[in-house]
Amino acid sequence: MQAGFLRTPAVLALEDGTIWAGSAFGAIGQRTGEVVFNTAMTGYQEVLSDPSYFNQIVVMTAPHIGNTGVNDADNESRKYWLSGFVVRAASPRVSNYRADSSLDDEMRAQGIVGITGIDTRALVRHIRSAGAMRGVVSSTVLDSDTLVAMARSVPTMEGLDLVPQVTCAQSYTWNTGVGEWGLGSRGTKASRTLHVVAYDFGIKQHILRLLAERNITVTVVPATTPAADVLAMKPDGVFLSNGPGDPAMVTYGIANTKALLGKVPLFGICLGHQILGLALGGTTYKLSFGHHGANQPVKAYGKVEISSHNHGFAVQADSLPAGSGVTHVNLNDNCVEGLEAPGLKAFSVQYHPEAAPGPHDASYLFDRFVQLMEG
Amino acid sequence: MPKRTDIHSILIIGSGPIVIGQACEFDYSGAQACKVLRREGYRVILVNSNPATIMTDPQFADATYIEPLTPEAVEQIIIKEKPDAILPTVGGQTALNLAMKLHELGMLTKYNVKLLGAQPEAIALAEDRELFKQAMLEIGLGVPLGETVTTVDQAVAVAEKIGYPVLIRPSFTLGGSGGGIGYDEAQLREIAERGLRASPVTQVLIEQSVIGWKEYELEVMRDRVDNFVVVCTIENIDAMGVHTGDSMTVAPAMTLTDRELQRLREMGKMVIRRIGVETGGSNIQFAVDPKTGTPLVIEMNPRVSRSSALASKATGFPIAKIAALLAVGYTLDEIPNDITKLTPASFEPSLDYVVVKLPRWAFEKFPGVDPILGPQMKSVGEVMAIGGTFAEAFQKAMRGLEIGATGFVGSNQVKMVGNDDIRIPTPRRIFRVCDEIRAGASLESICERTGFDPWFVEQFQDIVALEKELAGYRLTSLPNELLFTAKEYGFSDAQLAYTLSDKPTISAVRSHRKTQKIVPVYRKIDTCAAEFEASTPYFYSTYSRQPGSDEANVSNKPKAMIIGGGPNRIGQGIEFDYCCVHACMALRDLNIETIMINCNPETVSTDYDTADRLYFEPLTLEDVLNIYDREAGADFGPAVRSVPALVQFGGQTPLNLAHGLEANGVPIWGTSPDAIDLAEERGRFGALLNSMDIEMPPNGMANNLADARTIAHRIGYPVLVRPSYVLGGRAMAIAYDDASFEKYIAEATVVSAGAPVLIDKYLEDAFEVDVDAIGDGTQVVIAGIMEHVEEAGVHSGDSAMVLPPYKITSYHLEIIRDVTRRIGVALNVKGLMNVQFAIKDDVVYVIEVNPRSSRTVPFIAKATGYPLASIAAQVAAGKTLKELNFTEEPKVDGFFVKEAVLPFDKFPGATIMLSPEMRSTGEVMGHASNFGLAFAKAEMGANQKIPTKGGALLTVNNNDKNAIVKIAKDLTNLGFVLYATSGTAEMLNGVGIACTTVNKISDGSPHTADLIARGMVQLVISTPLGSMAYNDGQALRAAAIRYGVMLVTTLTGAAATVAGIRELQQRSLSVRSLQDHYGIAKGQKA
Repeated sequence: MQAGFLRTPAVLALEDGTIWAGSAFGAIGQRTGEVVFNTAMTGYQEVLSDPSYFNQIVVMTAPHIGNTGVNDADNESRKYWLSGFVVRAASPRVSNYRADSSLDDEMRAQGIVGITGIDTRALVRHIRSAGAMRGVVSSTVLDSDTLVAMARSVPTMEGLDLVPQVTCAQSYTWNTGVGEWGLGSRGTKASRTLHVVAYDFGIKQHILRLLAERNITVTVVPATTPAADVLAMKPDGVFLSNGPGDPAMVTYGIANTKALLGKVPLFGICLGHQILGLALGGTTYKLSFGHHGANQPVKAYGKVEISSHNHGFAVQADSLPAGSGVTHVNLNDNCVEGLEAPGLKAFSVQYHPEAAPGPHDASYLFDRFVQLMEG
Repeated sequence: MPKRTDIHSILIIGSGPIVIGQACEFDYSGAQACKVLRREGYRVILVNSNPATIMTDPQFADATYIEPLTPEAVEQIIIKEKPDAILPTVGGQTALNLAMKLHELGMLTKYNVKLLGAQPEAIALAEDRELFKQAMLEIGLGVPLGETVTTVDQAVAVAEKIGYPVLIRPSFTLGGSGGGIGYDEAQLREIAERGLRASPVTQVLIEQSVIGWKEYELEVMRDRVDNFVVVCTIENIDAMGVHTGDSMTVAPAMTLTDRELQRLREMGKMVIRRIGVETGGSNIQFAVDPKTGTPLVIEMNPRVSRSSALASKATGFPIAKIAALLAVGYTLDEIPNDITKLTPASFEPSLDYVVVKLPRWAFEKFPGVDPILGPQMKSVGEVMAIGGTFAEAFQKAMRGLEIGATGFVGSNQVKMVGNDDIRIPTPRRIFRVCDEIRAGASLESICERTGFDPWFVEQFQDIVALEKELAGYRLTSLPNELLFTAKEYGFSDAQLAYTLSDKPTISAVRSHRKTQKIVPVYRKIDTCAAEFEASTPYFYSTYSRQPGSDEANVSNKPKAMIIGGGPNRIGQGIEFDYCCVHACMALRDLNIETIMINCNPETVSTDYDTADRLYFEPLTLEDVLNIYDREAGADFGPAVRSVPALVQFGGQTPLNLAHGLEANGVPIWGTSPDAIDLAEERGRFGALLNSMDIEMPPNGMANNLADARTIAHRIGYPVLVRPSYVLGGRAMAIAYDDASFEKYIAEATVVSAGAPVLIDKYLEDAFEVDVDAIGDGTQVVIAGIMEHVEEAGVHSGDSAMVLPPYKITSYHLEIIRDVTRRIGVALNVKGLMNVQFAIKDDVVYVIEVNPRSSRTVPFIAKATGYPLASIAAQVAAGKTLKELNFTEEPKVDGFFVKEAVLPFDKFPGATIMLSPEMRSTGEVMGHASNFGLAFAKAEMGANQKIPTKGGALLTVNNNDKNAIVKIAKDLTNLGFVLYATSGTAEMLNGVGIACTTVNKISDGSPHTADLIARGMVQLVISTPLGSMAYNDGQALRAAAIRYGVMLVTTLTGAAATVAGIRELQQRSLSVRSLQDHYGIAKGQKA
């Protein structure tokens, strides 16, 4: 092995001046973003293809990443969105019967800059105590001062509307279910084919698959589609998707949601949940380092769900007006994870009942949406 | 909802003696359950026959019964204690089976006792393979095709339907006992017959073989409101076909996508719900076809298991403790996560490190047994290692095994036999894989033949590639970057020393590394991948380039390191862990911060609750010194604080490190390493005893065959030969002539390379005595004197022992006491010491002295009520025996018998006889007011079916023929019908004892084994002759083991058995708790 253990250097620089040295993998280059960590032990491909990570540099806490390669079926959207990918040990070997390609090759093809050989635990402990930070991952420029300056010039996530950059340009119809992967999340089919319009703020495809699985035809529409246009499609329900950025900045989404409230059953996930909260009159705030993982305990209706999370903002519990209330609470930090406005036939969750990656404990929420539309 | 208030007292059933498939993990789980249920205010009653457990320490329960785990004994306990409920899910298969028996006998209803955790219906559903399979099919989950059968012919019919090879799995057995893989009808018939006998319900499952599929385990928990969590996923490196207990495993799973993993998780949820495990932990095994991803459910254990102990240590999530809380009605979200304190237990741990478990076997102790791994577990212990990456964890695990390997590559002192084919799973296969990779075998070829996932093989290839790269450098020319990379890949200093071209010494590598400031960082096991602050100081080492990333956070308090015993092996097991735990407790009481170092996941010592600080690390000099450096502040200069080490509690493992530690400036508390050497070194020790006028059997020490032969001739045969510095009588043998002696010497030199061979006169027909004592430098106090039931020549670990001695004169006892005290003072023993004596022809000989804790320490502690290991630890820390109020030999009320449990049933083909080589895996204690009953209870505890009537078959060697007469007479008087082989029968008939003559097996049917098979014999007394294992006797003894008939292989054992039978005929079984017992013994009636 020729110098097999001495690789191309790459660094991660944070706005607080700390430098994290490792080796390059994926695309060579430099990318900026907010640095967050994800504690899920599987599902790196779903993370990479989740539009909610747009403009973020994601640190995976699981040490070996890339073991199972990548495959077309497990993507959550048409491409990889995050800015940079930071791991302890990128696996050179692909071992999985479904793999189409290696993670390294796919990241290179999609221009995602990766860095491996990072002491991710030390980095996560740093972010945990200092909060999410802006940073730059680079395998071209390696000068610390330049990179730190670059990190400091990245706009902060608060105040940023990133939805326009991830939403679809044109509406489209979705009818594909979960196929062989439905165990525990297939749910109950609607008694007749329902029509749901889904606002694409950065939607994950597994949401669409779980809706389709329940005998729902989904029309996915661009984020700025006016409420009137949506109502004109005569939907049985409207879905507000997940997505990146500061929810308070998605003013058009909030306005459209307000206009839809009470007229059609509404279900929101993640950014869609925050938008529903804001539309109801509540407020949102930024968490220190957010929830990004697949092991978070959420309590609702007397039971605990182990759930998949990816959010840096949350709805302020006491900001919700009368007629709406908190349904789901995170047991780790008591953060609001779900709300409902029963009179308006609207409900939403902050976390990810579609999982992908993560446990399927919360897939009943899709059934609830069906019941709300049928009932 | 809070805990249940309708129950007040709970009976916890332990798992009994350590056997293959059920080791000290159930002491860990049981002790956790006891602790937490008492804390919750329940009255805890405990029953376990194993005295070497922490859980049977009197402070762990309100009433502790060291009694046989039989329905009869437990019924007596229930009558006495009237528990409201029984918790059967923390004591392994033994406890579960016993609970089922109580249920079937109607005792639960009769005494109105509830079962907690799992109801009989759920246990039956999970344990009965056919019912389980049906249940899985009902809920749409895949299972291997197959059918349960009750006869061999049915088995063949099923196999013809589903095609060979087939798996044969007996119902309701431990560790897959009696199972196997049948590749053709002949094999199937043989294994099925064995399996049917092994199964208590005479059932075996004939099943589609999924050999070569990937194997996964999920450790799951459920509470009474149906909250469900997966605590840990475990992936086996060895594919399906090797019992998971014998497999190399990794946590978390490494080669599953999220979709595949979540599918298993959903299946797990469906399984536990369908089986109906109300609360607690379960372990669910899956097979996954590597080509299609098809998952099948293999089995589930509705209880805490060996894997759940591993999962607890791997994740920091205390499964048994939480299972106990769930059993009394808490829900997961009501229980705080111990580690983070702030978050609840209703979550799934996230690991940012990799955990590897490797098994340790003991095939070398069972010559004649094929070391091939299959569906029946054969390993006797395991090591767990934690690393930042797989390679690091794997290499740490390899060196933690203490089998001579310094890692996956590097100096390889593991004995290789033959030209192994890596298709066949054996303990040596992994070393062959390494050799083949070095020789350039392709990844595909390795995967195809081993069934290992390519991902793991690539990791192995990386390690080999790095080794090759390192080999091109001298220590001084080695780039720091490469040295660092090697450490990241888990290379030990010893591996580097072996690999580098200039072959530096290990200590040179160490000092170079420290000069270059390449030292490990310590990381916390925090359950949450650093998402939350962790308060529990549970550490592993790894290497990091990031400055300031160490999490050890060392204090300035007075502190001491307790070095554990490493993986269980025959001769070094739970007894030593018990002592380590006591040392921790004792030092904590003295306000000394305790630092525990160990790598055995089954143990109580590696519970993060036991010591103030736990380092889960291999027990090599490098790893221990690294910890010392951090704790003492000695990484880059002289120590800034004193951190002494205690090496006398963990068995031979820490003693082997003592010199190295001392040489590196680590203070050793307790008896000095030099005194330990003095006792071990025959020459010095002989001179010492000589000067003190103390008798030893004539002996000598040799480094080569010529010298050895000269010594043997001087002493005269028979002689006892063994290598020095080993525990458990490893490779110890009795030689009767030149031929057997020379054969031995040729083989023994590999056992303990560099150490000489010891040769002692073998004292035939002598009585043996073991003494444990504690010295404080000024006085030595005897803790207990135990007489061996078997005569000299049987290893003390395999011999039954009785405390107090029942047939030794007080004259001899006084000599024994006097000699023990004098030796203790001469060696300046500070702490425990064990002395073995033999009495022959009125002379008391010292056989050996071990200035450390011994296997019998917990046994004496339980019998006397004195926590000997705690006392010894305090003495080592500087207290005097006077201060500790331990100045007189404790009195014992009644008789306590320790009996050994041997694993012959797991090793068909092994020579079945007791010998100087220890082969028992565990022990039990029986106690009663007289010797006979105490012995009988010990036998029951050891799963011997001691009969009170029926037939007895006697076949003894010529030396024993005179002595058998009295035993035969007694058995006749007790109502037994006697059978004997010709020689023995002739002898008995000659003195007028009626007996039926039976053919030896070689004489043809009907012979002795037929008699056993027909159920005509309930007791077999068969004594083999010395060095020669007669084939006939061997076949007979094997038949006795196979049919579960009580087998006695020594005459002294036979005499004790007769005494036991006599008592059982006359009295009913009575039980007494330790708490009651101590109250009486100390004259303060409880």
